Amino acid sequence: MRTFVKMAVIQTKLYLREPINVFFTLLMGPLLLVLMGIIFGNAPQPALNGLSQMDVSVTAYVALIIGITGLTSVPIAVTSRREMGVLRRFSATPLKPLTYFLADIVAPVLVTLLGALILILLGFLIYHVRFEGQWLSVIAGICLSIFSFFSLGYAIAGIVPNTAIATVLGNVVIIPMNILSGALIPLEVLPQAVREISRFIPMTYMVTLLRGLWFGDSWGNHLLEVAVLVGLLILGMIVVGLTFKWE
Amino acid sequence: MKPKNEFVLEVSELMKRYPGVQAVDGITFNVRQGEIFGMLGPNGAGKTTTIECVEGLRHPDEGKIQVLGLDPHKKGHQLKERIGIQCQSAALPNRIKVWETMDLFASFYQKSIDWRHLLAKMGLEDKRDAFVSKLSGGQKQRVFIALALINDPEIVFLDELTTGLDPQGRRAMWDLIREIQSQGKTIFLTTHFMEEAERLCDRVAIVDHGKMIALDTPKNLVESLGEESRVLFDAGSDFHLTLLNSLPGVSRVERIGEGVVVYGKKEGLISKVANALEAAGVTSNNIRSEQPNLEDVFLKLTGNEIRN
Repeated sequence: MRTFVKMAVIQTKLYLREPINVFFTLLMGPLLLVLMGIIFGNAPQPALNGLSQMDVSVTAYVALIIGITGLTSVPIAVTSRREMGVLRRFSATPLKPLTYFLADIVAPVLVTLLGALILILLGFLIYHVRFEGQWLSVIAGICLSIFSFFSLGYAIAGIVPNTAIATVLGNVVIIPMNILSGALIPLEVLPQAVREISRFIPMTYMVTLLRGLWFGDSWGNHLLEVAVLVGLLILGMIVVGLTFKWE
Repeated sequence: MKPKNEFVLEVSELMKRYPGVQAVDGITFNVRQGEIFGMLGPNGAGKTTTIECVEGLRHPDEGKIQVLGLDPHKKGHQLKERIGIQCQSAALPNRIKVWETMDLFASFYQKSIDWRHLLAKMGLEDKRDAFVSKLSGGQKQRVFIALALINDPEIVFLDELTTGLDPQGRRAMWDLIREIQSQGKTIFLTTHFMEEAERLCDRVAIVDHGKMIALDTPKNLVESLGEESRVLFDAGSDFHLTLLNSLPGVSRVERIGEGVVVYGKKEGLISKVANALEAAGVTSNNIRSEQPNLEDVFLKLTGNEIRN
């Protein structure tokens, strides 16, 4: 337990010392919220059933930072440590792989939860966004989303051969794809074609679930979304199990 | 502390194959409690593979290994509590500080020593808050040694510890290793520096192409060369080597650039060469005698230079 706590604290510090992580996980969400607030304003829109764009953006940006952190920051951190031989050094000690692994996950999870908290607080303070759900339910939804996308991130790290490819994959493929899911701009105000594409993007299901829970939907209304997220979680864990290596 | 006659490490008939190469090909040796045991050989000889099999980081294909009475593969977790490892190809995370590294690694072991004392002893006190990645090569190696000592291990494994250090740094490292030995710990190191093995190790195993070709104290290994010695001098390109070839006791004459090397029986070799040169009226410069060393042992056993 002492080892786990120390390891988790160090991993969190190391995570926060990497500027790109701080940007994606903590700064990007608030920046987008303010920027989009200036562009689109906070007036109720008929296309959004009378909600303002800011009302739906808080959970959408929580989803966005979970997706980008999970699918870019996490794989890059894992592959670069593997390349540098960090895991190899740990394997020369009595440290158990499971302890390492859990501590390694805790760091980005904690920072992502912090990022979500900042976004939600800013939404309340600046835009007085509407909230009609239950906190426990929203938190559970955020946690499921984090575990689902981080498990995919570890799976990507297990499959890609090196950090360069993880970086290209993250920046060139995953970030644009995530934005097409309606996380950046609500799907309701995007063209039909984008809405069609969005059905094939996993992030769409996270955006829909989190928005639903935020406005008071029950979990029963979102069985499809939950099934997709749990499916991704399991898929990711299977790939991790098959590909994990200390070196 | 003098080495005792008790084995803390026993390896027999170790075999390890990688695709296309037999990295370790039947190596057998024992290491005594309290000694500095060195494995000397050129890059690619199988030193790192051997040490990693012994540490339990790699699985050998065949062979028996016992470290402190434990099998490193079956009892790896238990063994790692009692040994200290410095890996050749391992790094620490980016942006981790010296004290954080020490504190973290201390938490991996059931028993650990105060890392503050350890840093002080390594001369790293003022580097406590520095990022490991910003340290010089020598300072980094001292951090790695400190990490290998943090659990007060019985055996310390050092793989190519002084590679990349300048001569002063290397000498400072030797003092440090002797100091570790004086605490009663056993040290198993690999090196491709002949001088390091000769000056530092109580016993040296010479390996090449995955096979052990000699194992003894550096002194005995050098003496095994017999009475051969060599004399060197500088001479112009018009000097004929045949002049010396016929001298009694001379086995071989070689030219290396401006210099000439004469190999032969130690007894009176230098005066024979000097007299022959004088008799022939050759003006020679800088005539000197050199003692054989481990490099000559390696050359004799393999026919190859150890440097590559």
